[in-house]
Amino acid sequence: MENIKKRKASATEGLDRVDGRLKVTGKAKYSAEYNTKGLVYGVLAGSTITSGTIKTIDAKAAENAPGVLAVYTYLNSPKIPGYQDPPTQPKGPFRIFDDNKIYFNGQPVALVVADTFERAQYAATLIKVAYDKASFQTDLKSNISAGVSPRNGKDYVKGQEDAYKTAPVKIEQEYILPTDVHNPMELHTIIANWDGDDKLTVWDKTQGVLGTQRSIAQAFKLDPKNVHVISPFVGGAFGAALRTWQHEIAAVMAAKALKKPVKLVLSRAEMFTAVGYRPYTWQKMGLGATPDGKLVGITHEASGQTSMYEDFTEGTVNISQLMYACPNVNTRYRLVSLNVNTPTPMRGPGEATGAIALECGMDELAYALNMDPIDLRVVNHADTDPQTGKPYSSKFLKDAYQLGADAIGWKNRNRKPASVTENGWLVGYGMGTGMFGAYRGAATVLARLLADGTLDLETAVTDIGPGTGTAMTNIASEVMGVAADKISVKIGDSALPPSPTQGGSSVTSTVGSAVNDACVQLKEKLKELSGTAEGGNLSYAQILQAHNLPQLEVTVTSKSSPEAAKYAMYSWSVHFMKVLVHPTTGVVKVDKAVSVADCGTIVSPKTARSQIIGGTIMGTGMGLMEEAVIDHRYGRLVNNDFANYHVPIQADIPQLEALFVNKPDPYINPMGAKGMGEIATIGVAAALANAVFNATGKRVRDLPITPDKLI
Amino acid sequence: MENNNNLPEPDTRPDVKDPSRRDFLKKSALITAVALTPAHAVKAAEKHMDERIAEAFEKMPLSLEINGAPHNLMVEPRSTLLDILREQLDLTGTKKGCDLGQCGACTVHVDGHRVISCLTLGIMVNGKKVTTIEGLAKGDQLHPMQEAFLKHDGFQCGYCTPGQIMSAVACIREGHANSEHEIREYMSGNICRCGAYPNIVNAIQEVKEGGLPV
Repeated sequence: MENIKKRKASATEGLDRVDGRLKVTGKAKYSAEYNTKGLVYGVLAGSTITSGTIKTIDAKAAENAPGVLAVYTYLNSPKIPGYQDPPTQPKGPFRIFDDNKIYFNGQPVALVVADTFERAQYAATLIKVAYDKASFQTDLKSNISAGVSPRNGKDYVKGQEDAYKTAPVKIEQEYILPTDVHNPMELHTIIANWDGDDKLTVWDKTQGVLGTQRSIAQAFKLDPKNVHVISPFVGGAFGAALRTWQHEIAAVMAAKALKKPVKLVLSRAEMFTAVGYRPYTWQKMGLGATPDGKLVGITHEASGQTSMYEDFTEGTVNISQLMYACPNVNTRYRLVSLNVNTPTPMRGPGEATGAIALECGMDELAYALNMDPIDLRVVNHADTDPQTGKPYSSKFLKDAYQLGADAIGWKNRNRKPASVTENGWLVGYGMGTGMFGAYRGAATVLARLLADGTLDLETAVTDIGPGTGTAMTNIASEVMGVAADKISVKIGDSALPPSPTQGGSSVTSTVGSAVNDACVQLKEKLKELSGTAEGGNLSYAQILQAHNLPQLEVTVTSKSSPEAAKYAMYSWSVHFMKVLVHPTTGVVKVDKAVSVADCGTIVSPKTARSQIIGGTIMGTGMGLMEEAVIDHRYGRLVNNDFANYHVPIQADIPQLEALFVNKPDPYINPMGAKGMGEIATIGVAAALANAVFNATGKRVRDLPITPDKLI
Repeated sequence: MENNNNLPEPDTRPDVKDPSRRDFLKKSALITAVALTPAHAVKAAEKHMDERIAEAFEKMPLSLEINGAPHNLMVEPRSTLLDILREQLDLTGTKKGCDLGQCGACTVHVDGHRVISCLTLGIMVNGKKVTTIEGLAKGDQLHPMQEAFLKHDGFQCGYCTPGQIMSAVACIREGHANSEHEIREYMSGNICRCGAYPNIVNAIQEVKEGGLPV
């Protein structure tokens, strides 16, 4: 009880989310919530076949249905200007309504626009499409032999290939991760509103307003300045809003043709086929070691699925090149084109999948060696970057192992599987390591001090949930010594100073640095004005008043220094799981979880903790429940809703612990902060699988670990 | 794998005469009005008239109280309470996450009980009192549950939050917040993809233990 109390107290430490009040009162406006005057509604109709061509479309009934303004199909849709140029690559993004070809089931074949949502939704059911069907493939497992090397992709070989095979102790296993779908709670949405023929405003669910601006400008051949993208609140994304999707292009097209603002909100079912997913991936891991546990060879192969029209590759096997010190490492990655829509990065893209093979493999090797899995990892700890030999900018992974082991009670783990029970449930402990590159790009921030001593911060970046505005406020407050409640943050608008897309765990590092640098410059200016080195005893407001200045502002661009390139920069995580498995039903319960992050300075403790536990929960979904299932006879998803695609719910999740090493990285940025969004999830699924093995003696290598696989 | 194209497939035959209600209206309600009109005029006016008549026939009166304010609306019977709130009344605090009653983002209170507004037709709440997230605070003074969500960071992106808070308030009122376990069970209809579950439980427990009226 003492412990629980303590844990709860730590969860409330730090600054409350600066936009929290708007979120708890329902005043935070997401993209579908700008009910512009004259708004009309778009609803898509999707293909019911998986491959082939459209033979005929009868849209008459839909066109004549009440309130319908237009029905667009490939037959009558206005041409998208940017799609008329000959493609520069043999493959590329799906182009909506461009021709009569069907590449995947659910592919949009028509867009209905009506004066109300209900009318558009009904009319969309009236569209009759006849098809010429062609054969198709949607099953990765039976098509692995059709895999090809990605363009520009090369197999990686360090030292000797397949060295694990001749090692004194070795394991060789295959692992499957099925398709996982981001499924943010907010449905993907766009409202497009043209002002004349060459200018428009969109309220869009996007992780990057400038990326969306660029994509729409290219598609419609506009000056990017004339595309205003607004997205101050994003209801989760996890990668699904990194790029501009075809429903967005369709809505912009319809709004132009109709000269009316068009709102298009995807249905939950469409969220499974229109905005990407984590690709179904097969992996094979070979690990060889000396009897004392020194790795001799790592061979990691993976085959991931992509669509017929576009290649999507991810760094699934890269983690095996980067994690451990090992003289011989080789990796192979193959792409299998199937009749599915294109995958897209999902939280921890590549590494989250690769870590299943590597970290389950390490657990299997630890058993083969009769070694503690943490000891095995410490023995093979990489002191310098195994790929480049560069020193790390900072790495406290060994501290993280220790912190997590103490917190989960690792000493209570019995190495022998299926040997411990509690109240009739089998008990198991497992752990898994995660890593992800720590990045810093370029960003521009405007900082404006007003006469009343309050501070405004402005930049284009969006916040999909981690608390970007809160982190910015924390950083500015620290540098300027201005109280957090005197700072206001304006983000999520392409008209603001440029900053990058929110993704790849890079925003706090990138935008936070620009906030830091802007505040430092502002402080310098204030010092100059006050005429004293430290600004004397005058408050900022008094300095401005003394000089009759209504405000003082700076706009500062900040980016990584060349010095930083000398170092290998990564964030690290270690996830510990204690699971209970019911011996009769095979139900797996997470009893306790501890996630430790080594990601530099924590600039925003409250939101950082939430981000880590949120990642642990997403990883729990990967490990125990998430799987998009296609009926391969039809090539159609059978579980495209929340009743059948299971994500973790409240009853699945106990109190979770998030711990931080919290030691600054001296090289990456002024705050010493590295990213944590990806590492929060990377390694979790492996920790679960390892804990389930410890509990049951059953090694489930095809995720998710559902009860049927344990009984 | 060879595709089993011989399996049954959806009926894609061209529509046989659509026996929709609209056609019925055309044939019945309009029939006397157009009986004396020249044929070409009927054809020209048909679609437009059809709209007008449909409007009158297909909409129903809906009187309800939302956050203490009376509303008298004309709505289509098929319109959900969720879409009426969001699209007609601009009360966008209530969220659409699935439109299938599976995620809880659209939870509101109807006569004090939590209800999934995407599975509730507007006309079903005729004469009732609806409370949405916008009606929970008293002016600038937040409801204790809103305060607790802020303090415990019971959210990240904030999209499921209004539904979580409305559900959380009801969870305490129902007497289903007596332990962490019970809260988890009775809050399991509200999905949070960002994964704020433990924080939400802690917020609810604090409100419950604080004993403030909810």
